[in-house]
Amino acid sequence: MRNRLIVSASPHLHKAESVSKIMWMVIISLIPAGAAGVFIFGASALWVIILGVVSALATEGVLQILTKRKITILDGSAIITGILLAYNLPPRVPFWIPIIGSFFSIAIGKQIFGGLGQNIFNPALAGRVFLMASWPKYMTTFTPPASYDAITSATPLALIKEGRVLQNFSYLDLFLGKRAGCIGEVCILALLLGALFLLLRGYISWHIPITYVFTVAAFTFVFGSKALFRGDWLFHILSGGLILGAFFMATDYVTSPLTRKGQVIFGIGCGIVTSIIRLWGGYPEGVSYAILMMNAATPIIDRYTKIRVYGTK
Amino acid sequence: MKKLLSEFLKGIVKENPTFVLVLGLCPTLAVSVSLINGIGMGIAATFVLLGSNIIVSLIKNIVPDRIRIPCFIVVIATFVTITELVMKAYSPALNRALGIYVPLIVVNCIVLGRAEAYAQRQTVLNSLFDGLGMGVGFTLALILISGIRESLGAGKILGYTLFKRFEPVFVLGMPSGALLLIGLLLGFFNVLKNRRT
Repeated sequence: MRNRLIVSASPHLHKAESVSKIMWMVIISLIPAGAAGVFIFGASALWVIILGVVSALATEGVLQILTKRKITILDGSAIITGILLAYNLPPRVPFWIPIIGSFFSIAIGKQIFGGLGQNIFNPALAGRVFLMASWPKYMTTFTPPASYDAITSATPLALIKEGRVLQNFSYLDLFLGKRAGCIGEVCILALLLGALFLLLRGYISWHIPITYVFTVAAFTFVFGSKALFRGDWLFHILSGGLILGAFFMATDYVTSPLTRKGQVIFGIGCGIVTSIIRLWGGYPEGVSYAILMMNAATPIIDRYTKIRVYGTK
Repeated sequence: MKKLLSEFLKGIVKENPTFVLVLGLCPTLAVSVSLINGIGMGIAATFVLLGSNIIVSLIKNIVPDRIRIPCFIVVIATFVTITELVMKAYSPALNRALGIYVPLIVVNCIVLGRAEAYAQRQTVLNSLFDGLGMGVGFTLALILISGIRESLGAGKILGYTLFKRFEPVFVLGMPSGALLLIGLLLGFFNVLKNRRT
């Protein structure tokens, strides 16, 4: 009995959580979406994911050895970055795309700022945007689901952008992932399963994803077609990378605001930027740019939504 | 002689205008898309630096302190005009490539910075070597940046294709890539400097 007395300063709360446990839980929650992506697009998608994860781990390890930092490749954060980057790539990219992307994500997106917890931008999205700006040809060549030949096909959002009318698609197809797109973004059902797990276990809060999705829905409903209040909001929720971005990337602890109020502002901001890019911008999809822009705004959001300490002005 | 040599050398490494003083980033970002542009810009700026440093140092005792900046600007603008006319006459293609950034050497902070911080209180000979060193340092920095940008961003060097099966890193040809590259190089040189001290 006498050895159980621990003398320490408050707060005395204790929870059986650690950074690496949370990271591994996020990895588990990402498995259904990846499995669905591999099922829909075939084995090449699996290779992209494996290459992304392995090179993210290798970059993290090598850089931590070179800079003589503590080696933390097993805490799961590099694996998440690799997975998320791969989920944001088309299924049939050349093999070096996920390798360079993961290298950029970890080296420039994370380690250069000082490692986990120090980065300003979501590393996986930084990698994706670098790839998008460097090799747009490969990043926008999509293949239709369940085709094992090199047929290319545009994503639903790209078709809408070109002013074409979508033919024989249904909301159910979009929900299950029967469309061209990035590996991890297509199957909304699988993404929502993983997101539900994270929400129920309390690893993410609903504030950012729900406000994000609702803002996009409201904005595209109002401005989404030539007449006001006629937009196809359900289509905009179910297509593109919105669900993947809102639940798994906008909620990154490091690069999103700390307070609930700040998170709501963050979510609404992401939603507005995404909708503006989708409806009037040059690109068909704006989720990654929206989240990166709001990442940049996070410090100032945190500053103005700081919780007042009781008893102070 | 040793003093003059150190005046010359300090502009190249210890007080490199781009990587240590972090001056003149606007032309550096704008024209470093290809190596030939970088070299052309470097030579033009070196000539202006040399001329303005010498003249500013010569007239330092007759220029009233309160209007020294306008006087320096007139001197610098004279040399920039000479540079631009020479470039237009002998190398119109380079002049077109550099565009507005040739006349903008007038407001290049390296040139005015050296006049203000150095040439107006130093002898003519010292100022000459300082201007030359700063110009060479600027040119070398431009060669480094534009060399990396052209070889990786377009797969070419001086217009010749380097590698056959190479997918150029498109972003390096764009302003965002230039900012990223300059930031990385700055960090790299800072690490080197910290290691040495």
